[in-house]
Amino acid sequence: MRYAYYPGCSLLESAQEFDVSVRAVMECLGVTLEEIPNWTCCGASAAEPVSKLMNYALPARNLAIVEKEMGGIDVLAPCSACYLNLLKVNKEVIGSRELHGKVNEVLSASGQRYAGNVKVLHLLDVLLNDVGVKLVEEKVTDGLKGMKVAPYYGCQILRPYAVFDDPGKPTSMEPVLKALGANVYEWDYGNRCCGASLMVGHRDVAIRSVAEILNGASDADVIVTVCPLCQMNLEAYQAQAVKAGGVRVPVLYLSQLMGLAFGFGEDVMQLKKNLTMTAGVRDMINNKVWSQLRQTESGEELTGVEP
Amino acid sequence: MSGVIKQTWSPATDEYQSTLIELKDMVSACMQCGTCTASCPNGFAMDVTPRRMWRMIQFGMLDQILESRAFWYCSSCYMCTLRCPRGLKLTSAMGALKRLSRLDGSWAAKKNGAFYEAFMDNVEVYGRAQELSLMNRYFLKRKNPALPLSFIPLGMKLMGKGKLHIPNRTQRGRLKAMFAKAREMEISS
Ligand code: SF4
Ligand code: SF4
Repeated sequence: MRYAYYPGCSLLESAQEFDVSVRAVMECLGVTLEEIPNWTCCGASAAEPVSKLMNYALPARNLAIVEKEMGGIDVLAPCSACYLNLLKVNKEVIGSRELHGKVNEVLSASGQRYAGNVKVLHLLDVLLNDVGVKLVEEKVTDGLKGMKVAPYYGCQILRPYAVFDDPGKPTSMEPVLKALGANVYEWDYGNRCCGASLMVGHRDVAIRSVAEILNGASDADVIVTVCPLCQMNLEAYQAQAVKAGGVRVPVLYLSQLMGLAFGFGEDVMQLKKNLTMTAGVRDMINNKVWSQLRQTESGEELTGVEP
Repeated sequence: MSGVIKQTWSPATDEYQSTLIELKDMVSACMQCGTCTASCPNGFAMDVTPRRMWRMIQFGMLDQILESRAFWYCSSCYMCTLRCPRGLKLTSAMGALKRLSRLDGSWAAKKNGAFYEAFMDNVEVYGRAQELSLMNRYFLKRKNPALPLSFIPLGMKLMGKGKLHIPNRTQRGRLKAMFAKAREMEISS
């Protein structure tokens, strides 16, 4: 299995642990990720409010490179916003003659054009449908038995285009988590919006969403995400969220959790880069404190346990 | 920030008109069921709810919508788009309102659109978003000295985790020609 890898800007910046863990875990699963040469920003959610053309041309440029220079292989994008932006080109530009023409006109300024032949896939889609959970299960050396994991999907991986899961009640992370030996935490906030970029300009509004999501996961050991923006919003603002009535919950990338279960260890998975991974939380994860707690059914507060 | 960047994309009445027509088209089939408003996680902060916005557009009351800042509270979560029984592309409509507000040159657009503008400027210069210089540019645009202070705790946290980086210059200028082309096309469209 070989994919054109589109890390996206965040994965080289504040979300390096996502990039590192995705690469390591995919390699372990026998997947080859080839970074798209000279890829550029997809526009995130900032292009649409500024320029309709750039909103499509920015992601289209990257697909054009894959089409021309990488033989048009499938693209894997771990970031939800990148994934949606790239996917949008195929869904909204290709097939609309006028828009496609305009986008190619913009691309022509840098000597490119995109015909529309590159498939865009999200990490979860690849894990479920190309790799398969059976293979994931085979790689597990250090299962997460007893860990209660709240799968957080966020907005853009399934909305508005539900390619591989039900956007109203997503479940695609569950087979992966079960393969890792974890318990899936049942909650209603898995597809709730984290506030996205409102965190920058209208923080009060976004904090309210974050506090509700964290409260929804109050009995989970950890929330897992598949998007650097979700990850940032859910973990970087927990102090403010607590003031708004939320609780603290550790937040990890799915790929980091997979890496831990594959026996990579916390250094390789860069747990120290996560903002919610305090020494106490890392020890809990290392010592599998949750399972001991569950066995004794002590009902103690997890956060109250110090090594 | 180095390099000379255009402060704004020049407003053009043609683009304004075509965006407006597109917007009207997008919501003309709205039957006022209110599902969008009920689905919106940020609706509580909006002075004009999504359902009302679509009605006002149908009635040609765009000015009143643009006077409000409601659509800037849209976080592009696509819940309304997912649930609208008429299948309307409401998140795109929110995006179109943001663009119209910019073209209007309103104060609200300057303030609420500052982050998006800073982001695009940053991408135009570096080819990829560079978080540290992006935030600096955002602060410059907002011209509010208290604002950077409110980000200091986060900045310290990120710095402690080794997450702040000086700009990567490998793709610098890569998108310049495309930005110029799009700007030219959108002005004369
Ligand atoms: S959900 Fe759709 S049809 Fe219903 S009010 Fe909103 S836009 Fe109109
Ligand atoms: S896309 Fe925007 S308007 Fe629609 S539900 Fe989400 S935040 Fe509300």
